[in-house]
Amino acid sequence: MTSTALRLGLPPSFVNYEFNMAYDEMFGEPGIPREHYQALQRTLVSLPPGELRQIQKEADLTFLQEGITFTVYGSKEGTERIFPNDLIPRIIPAHEWTQIEKGLTQRLTALNMFLRDIYHEGRILSEGIVPRDLIYSCKHFRREMRGLNVPRDIYVNICGTDLVRLPDGSFAVLEDNLRVPSGVSYMLANRKVLKRVYPTMFRNYGVWPVDHYPQALLATLRSMTPENCPYPQDPTTVLLTPGVSNSAYFEHTFLAQQMGVELVEGRDMLVHDNVVYMRTTAGPRRVDVIYRRVDDDFLDPLCFRGDSILGVPGLFNAYRAGNVTLANAIGTGVADDKAVYAYVPQIIKFYLQEEPVLPNVPTFLLTDKVHMQHVLDNLPNMVVKAVGESGGYGMLIGPHSSKQQQDDFRARILADPRNYIAQPTLSLSSAPCLIDGEVDSRHIDLRPYILMGEKVTLVPGGLTRVALRKGSLVVNSSQGGGSKDTWVLRPLGVDDLSSSAEAARKGVPGKAPA
Amino acid sequence: MLSRVADSLYWMSRYLERAEHTARVVDVELQLWLDQSPQSGAGRWRFLLEALRTPAAQGVVDPTHLANTLVFSKTNASSIVSCIAIARENLRHVREQCSSEMWEQLNRLYLEVMDIRPDEAWMLSSHGFFQTVLEGAHLFHGITDGTMSHGEGWQYIQLGRYVERTDTLASLMETHFKRMAQPADQAVESAEYLEWVGLLRACVAFEAYCKAHTAEIRPLRVADFLLLNPEFPHSVRFSVDRVNAALHIIGDLTERRAKLPTRIAGRLRAQLSFSQIEEIMAEGAHAYLENVRTECAQIHTAIHQVYFDYAIEAEMAS
Repeated sequence: MTSTALRLGLPPSFVNYEFNMAYDEMFGEPGIPREHYQALQRTLVSLPPGELRQIQKEADLTFLQEGITFTVYGSKEGTERIFPNDLIPRIIPAHEWTQIEKGLTQRLTALNMFLRDIYHEGRILSEGIVPRDLIYSCKHFRREMRGLNVPRDIYVNICGTDLVRLPDGSFAVLEDNLRVPSGVSYMLANRKVLKRVYPTMFRNYGVWPVDHYPQALLATLRSMTPENCPYPQDPTTVLLTPGVSNSAYFEHTFLAQQMGVELVEGRDMLVHDNVVYMRTTAGPRRVDVIYRRVDDDFLDPLCFRGDSILGVPGLFNAYRAGNVTLANAIGTGVADDKAVYAYVPQIIKFYLQEEPVLPNVPTFLLTDKVHMQHVLDNLPNMVVKAVGESGGYGMLIGPHSSKQQQDDFRARILADPRNYIAQPTLSLSSAPCLIDGEVDSRHIDLRPYILMGEKVTLVPGGLTRVALRKGSLVVNSSQGGGSKDTWVLRPLGVDDLSSSAEAARKGVPGKAPA
Repeated sequence: MLSRVADSLYWMSRYLERAEHTARVVDVELQLWLDQSPQSGAGRWRFLLEALRTPAAQGVVDPTHLANTLVFSKTNASSIVSCIAIARENLRHVREQCSSEMWEQLNRLYLEVMDIRPDEAWMLSSHGFFQTVLEGAHLFHGITDGTMSHGEGWQYIQLGRYVERTDTLASLMETHFKRMAQPADQAVESAEYLEWVGLLRACVAFEAYCKAHTAEIRPLRVADFLLLNPEFPHSVRFSVDRVNAALHIIGDLTERRAKLPTRIAGRLRAQLSFSQIEEIMAEGAHAYLENVRTECAQIHTAIHQVYFDYAIEAEMAS
């Protein structure tokens, strides 16, 4: 390996860089960086040895001191950990971003129409495009939402879709997160740190800013005024958190602070005559829009799980009465069920009469006999996922699993085929990462955040998650993943519309330093 | 402002003030110990524990035990390390309400003290440790004043700080007066001199006292200074004035001015403003300080009832 890197004329910090079958974000061919990565490579080369390690150390310290941490469940000591941050940015050229933006807007528009449909007339079910039993057997289908109208008919206001890049370089959707997607604060924190680390390169590269995300989020929430809001021009908006022991608590405080809204817990609120109030020092105050980071199950002990102390008794009735908006709406999980996911291309065609811009990853439904047999025969090459889980829990990665794990999943699949789907093991694209002061390749994915209220906002950037273990394909923070900043480049001469289109077509990166 | 948030800011501030107070008192006491006869230990340590309202353990009480109980103990919620950890935890719950600078400072102080182990080396350099705590707390308050809006939240921080200070000062003085002879209006010497200077130092008051009364230490003047001085930030009267001011502003901001806490605090303030030290001593300093502490506890309870934990039914009816 060492000799490969040296022969290719790469700088010493790349000495162990591995080129494998996956699409490499930085190198078009071994040793030759893609155009939009060249300036970055020059910067990395120009840094004196040891500098990278030093910078990483400082960055880690910043994260710890600012308390940018997440909580790991199930371990007592040191439950607060920093989310490992990698200092080599992932760069997306303008023309690729245009494609992503178009694809995600299309997808979310269709999914919102789908949710409205299945909780009302159910046209898509009557026409047999999506099987009725698939929807009604979904763990996250909420019968209570039948016939309930939500403001603007938008169920999903905040969405974080996971994209992967296939070996041929095209993007595909791996997962839709339509319930309470998290991670956006790390996108903003990574950016803050990288600006500090590479100020010059930043300016020269022409990177789109992402700092306006909190403002866009607030605007989206405020556009979701409930039907009976007493002051529709100025709805009182709050962020509902499960509390300080939640793994994403840092993010909740961060977003509340950046938006300038109250961060409330269930115990801060009460419902009186179907109106939601929060307990303030000046007495109870009415609440209109709730950006909730609490799962459906825990929102209202009178309606959902009775043992929940995170929610507010009576909240669902207030919601039904049109006195409060919940964002996202209740019951959106039905559309990110991993078995329903397989139908999203048809869903897009059905509602929009368009071809999907971003394809799905091939998916086998285990309720289908032929598919099931194929999956069971090829288990060592498959990734099997429980349909209602997220965060990398309840998963089998075929090539990295033991015989025993495979047998375990085989039994689980046979016992409850509706609860699992399988996908061929994808070779996620890889990108250069800083590992112990040296540059090596690791697998990554991309989670852009889409906001949908009065209008659709897609902040140019996202969270690039990194599987820090060598060869690993699991990028979730709870499973030893990290993240890195994502630079979306402006098209050349962005003020001039025609030349920007030109640039986008050719895939020219921003003004790279000479 | 959310009641829970106000509650957290208030407690954060109380705990930090307690950490600061304990650090100062223990530091002064360990310094005083250097000037004592080698046999004088045990009795003093018990008084120290009493002054800090920490139940004394059975058996030997020595500096190592003190360090463990008052500085490092995780089971004693009043130990310095516990106080800082709880203060930080409270602030962590309401991070979005304070400035990032405040959080970073308190978090840094927390990480710093959590790193230290109570060993031989620590005993030898304990003064440096206490300075770290004191400076950390001072820095935090400076940052708070300089970076946070002086709105309702800031007022709860003031409230917590000065309620705690009133209580700890009264408690420290009560124990001190119990141990010493009736404070007289004449200069004291040698052993007794050190004790009174120790009390002043434990309240960062030595220099301020000297400016007001010269370095001649008269116990009655010391008592007067620490109890009734209206200008010195570590006097009981000053602290109660601040509690009062914060309660008035909070009352205005929330339109709950006429409520109970303001009344109790006003009464206590009036008492301190018009008391004469000679009268207090004639009637017994102990009873007077006991009363200050009782009223202080009542203010605390009333704040809770009016701002943090009110009955919702009554509010809805009104």
